[in-house]
Amino acid sequence: MNDAFDFRGAETHIEVHKFRAGAIVVTTALALLIQTAFPVYFSKAAILDLPLLITIYFGLSRRNPSTGLLLGAGIGLLQDSLSGSNVPLGLYGISKTVIGYLASSIGARLDTEHPAARFALTGSFFFVHQGVIVLTRRLLLAQPEQWLTVHLAIIAAVNSVVAVFLFALLDRLRRHS
Amino acid sequence: MVGIPSRHKSLVLLLGVVLLQVLLLAVQIKRDSQGRLIRVWTVGAVSPFERAGAYGIGGIRNTWNHYFALQNTTRDNEQLRRENDALKLQITQLQGKAAEADRLAALLNFRKSHQEVPMLSARVIGASADTASQTIYVDRGERDGIHKNMGVITPDGVVGKVIEAYSNTSQVLLLTDKDSGVGAMLAESRIQSPVGGTGEPLLSMKYVANDDTVNSGERVVTSGMDRIFPRDLPVGTVADIKPGNPFKQIRIRPSANLERLEEVIVLLTLRPLELKKEPAPTAPTAVARP
Repeated sequence: MNDAFDFRGAETHIEVHKFRAGAIVVTTALALLIQTAFPVYFSKAAILDLPLLITIYFGLSRRNPSTGLLLGAGIGLLQDSLSGSNVPLGLYGISKTVIGYLASSIGARLDTEHPAARFALTGSFFFVHQGVIVLTRRLLLAQPEQWLTVHLAIIAAVNSVVAVFLFALLDRLRRHS
Repeated sequence: MVGIPSRHKSLVLLLGVVLLQVLLLAVQIKRDSQGRLIRVWTVGAVSPFERAGAYGIGGIRNTWNHYFALQNTTRDNEQLRRENDALKLQITQLQGKAAEADRLAALLNFRKSHQEVPMLSARVIGASADTASQTIYVDRGERDGIHKNMGVITPDGVVGKVIEAYSNTSQVLLLTDKDSGVGAMLAESRIQSPVGGTGEPLLSMKYVANDDTVNSGERVVTSGMDRIFPRDLPVGTVADIKPGNPFKQIRIRPSANLERLEEVIVLLTLRPLELKKEPAPTAPTAVARP
């Protein structure tokens, strides 16, 4: 078995969460809407990457890499198309596809319900997400961009903190068996 | 054909989805297109919600700002009112300074254009305590070379003459005073006649015969006959003409604003002066009466 590719094989006892009908679609739409509308009124809100947090949350909860990566690709492409013509379609799509896959795979092996685990995972995913974006920009778009800055680290921390509370809120959408 | 193991299916799917998006990126770069259609759809789908959200947030903000967040409004109002008053005062001061700068610039220009005439600028520092006499005090006196009977002018026209010179100040009799007078003539017809004050804002031109033609609005300039003022300095304009016996009653509106004098020029000579002649406009030939 190849554990690097499919983490689910070793930890099959971890519960796969299901959500109320339409919860994923509505939550995703709301996240994208808030992401585009809030910075108009609160400029500081622009540092939040709600579509990323939603991708991570549903990836960790659903624990199915295929649905995780497809959800990530959809959210990323929608984010691309709402980001203006300076962001080519596929930039966020690729990075969120990777995040969706990784989150689902890790969620299948680890317990991701604890706030500390969620904080650490979100921070890690944020850096991976940023890494994929920088890689795509450098390799495919020939746009030089820094890998890591202090500002980026602060943004990662802020997103991680928000994620802890947001994930707790989203837990209420789960359907109990 | 070798099937893909189920545990690798998600990985293959990942590679496929990423590859598709890489191709999408490549197409956009190659064709320099931005996926306009997809963007139009997405933005079209989101914008109604954004618009509704904007109205909602705007409404909430308005409600909050106009009904709940008024606790500091009174204090802000008072502060703004105070600032407004201070700014109004500042504007008035600045307008005064700007006007002063304009006047000084006019004086400077006048002095530059009449360099052949020795002159000294002076600031008006006071007026007569006697309401019946039209006099002013200037801040220059004998120490500055001012003597009695020297002419006083502004770039606009004749003001009057010095009637007393003290060490540091001088008293100037304005043209509007009853006892004041200046040798003058009508600019176009060149009819000469002294112009004197009446104690009122308008001057009087005294000895113009009823037969002479005088037009309202005609310019009156110095004739130089009084040996105080050089020729062709503006005195005023004809404001009113009435037939009289034996002379016309002509009222002249002074060119210089004698009611609001702040700076003046004192002509520092008691000898007859002659200004440089400027090319005169088409002046009709007229017979000057003696």
